Amino acid sequence: MNNILIKSKNLTVGYGEKILLKNADFEVKKGDIFVIMGGSGCGKSSLLKVLTGLMEPLEGSFELFGIDYKKANDTKKFLLKQKTGILYQSGALFSSMTLYENVAMPLNQYTSYSDKTIEELVRLKLALVGLSGYEDYYPAEISGGMKKRAGLARALALDPRIVYFDEPSAGLDPISSARLDELMLEISANLGTTLVVVTHELESIFTIANNSIYLDSQTKTITASGNPHEILKNPPNERVFQFLTRGKNNEKGTE
Amino acid sequence: MELLKTDIIDNIAQITITGNYVKQDFPNDLLLDISQKQIKGIKVVFEKLDDWDSSLLALLYALSKTAKESKRSFEMKNEPLGIKKLLELSFAVSSVQNLTNSEDKGFLYNFGQTALTAYESLRRGATFALENIRNFFSSLVYPKAMRKVDVLFALQECGPKAMPIVLLISFMVGLILAFVGAVQLQVFGAEVYVASLVTIGMTRIMGAIMVGIIMAGRTGASFAATIGTMQVNEEIDALRTMGVSVNEFLVLPRMLAIVLVMPILTMFADFSGMMGGLSVGVLALDIPFGEYVKHALNAWYLKHFLVGVFHAFVFGFIIALCGCYFGINAGKNADSVGKATTNAVVYAIVWMIVATGIITLCLQRMGI
Repeated sequence: MNNILIKSKNLTVGYGEKILLKNADFEVKKGDIFVIMGGSGCGKSSLLKVLTGLMEPLEGSFELFGIDYKKANDTKKFLLKQKTGILYQSGALFSSMTLYENVAMPLNQYTSYSDKTIEELVRLKLALVGLSGYEDYYPAEISGGMKKRAGLARALALDPRIVYFDEPSAGLDPISSARLDELMLEISANLGTTLVVVTHELESIFTIANNSIYLDSQTKTITASGNPHEILKNPPNERVFQFLTRGKNNEKGTE
Repeated sequence: MELLKTDIIDNIAQITITGNYVKQDFPNDLLLDISQKQIKGIKVVFEKLDDWDSSLLALLYALSKTAKESKRSFEMKNEPLGIKKLLELSFAVSSVQNLTNSEDKGFLYNFGQTALTAYESLRRGATFALENIRNFFSSLVYPKAMRKVDVLFALQECGPKAMPIVLLISFMVGLILAFVGAVQLQVFGAEVYVASLVTIGMTRIMGAIMVGIIMAGRTGASFAATIGTMQVNEEIDALRTMGVSVNEFLVLPRMLAIVLVMPILTMFADFSGMMGGLSVGVLALDIPFGEYVKHALNAWYLKHFLVGVFHAFVFGFIIALCGCYFGINAGKNADSVGKATTNAVVYAIVWMIVATGIITLCLQRMGI
């Protein structure tokens, strides 16, 4: 059985003439918590946009569940999208809907479940992220951390096989950020969901990731890949080492 | 194959789950049945469970919650580790029960609250209007925090870009006035007075009203949407924390532009409306061109024209104030920008009609 869920082939990402990342090759395996890391402006979020189908790569392609995404027709892409969920930086909840309606929306759109089933599924997903009892609240009435958790409940609504996270720790206090990390670990371990996380939060990276790639904004390539703890033990170059140590161990005085 | 089987053993409801429990609808009858039975607890036994998803988890969560609420026991046997962990996670944060956003406190309370809210809105609106009108007049003498380029940009938006729609609508209004007037005037053989009707109607009030409505829908809405989006992006908070006056920086350029442009647009609208009347008079009512123009000029009085321009001047203030006020007071989400835009247009039109009524009454008393 093929355990590789995402496989990129010579992926080049950018906007028009401006290339952010070139010839990227990587694989995401089933059950991975795969972190895409790198400094600001290295193309992490753009790569995520490509993987989620919001942006076309300039060159190359990638396979999602063994299907070449670039060659897939709209129907196939539509089906592939149902197997993935995404949590945006701000939660991206629909402000005119309650939390219940936000989580129920993908279930109403894509499934033929009865209203009662949808109700129970929404209650479960909100309870899983610690928001039981907040069903009738609007996004404007809850905190930033709660918005992210509600966004995660919506991303998990369809039991996706992959969930993408765009800077999940951004704007959260250390405790909320740690709780979100724990939640991600629990979900990955118990639901078997593969997580692809774009972040530059070192604490998160070392806590959750079992696989990662480092995008270098200077060479515009992937300069390191693998378990971040292993990368830290044998950093391929000074910039990766600087990144993973927050520049504290600047022995060579470079950078 | 049956996925769910229920038995009552020793006063305990035993639910046996087998096979592939994936994408199953919620067995509501089972839950109702169990909750009505006189039992001590619920026991879920897993036998040869192949695959499962959230639909099974949702059932277990509901069963467990029902048991907890009715103080019955709940236990599971041979459950997969993932299910156990996820159920624990679901109950890790205790449910915030009975959280309600809008507790109904009775008619009197609600009525009082509505009245207080209306008073507060009116007070805030009046303060906002007075401060900005004062800014407007003092800006003619003293320099303000606004950027001059913003005034020029707003002038372009309110003036040349709005001109085509103003001319078109006014022409059509002149045309309609002439047709409607002609129906009655023809009865007395006085259709030539269509020229007077259209000229007085357009110059005194209709030109200004039509420009006011067009500009409220076009420019007032645009002010509210732009400033409302700035509110969502926290740009207005940034201005405030920098100590920059929001009224001077955002409201004043827009107000200057629209107040300056409204009378000019109204003059064009008057002329366009009269052309609409002329085309009906000459082409449909067979009034000779010279005769129509003579009657139109006879009916053209400077005082009517100035009344129309004065209306436009007042409408300019109303549109700018409504657009900017609702934009600045928009909430922090996309929905609130939509509401701000709608309010800006609706309130501008309502206040324009109220202002017209007041001005007309005053002018009548003054004999103008």
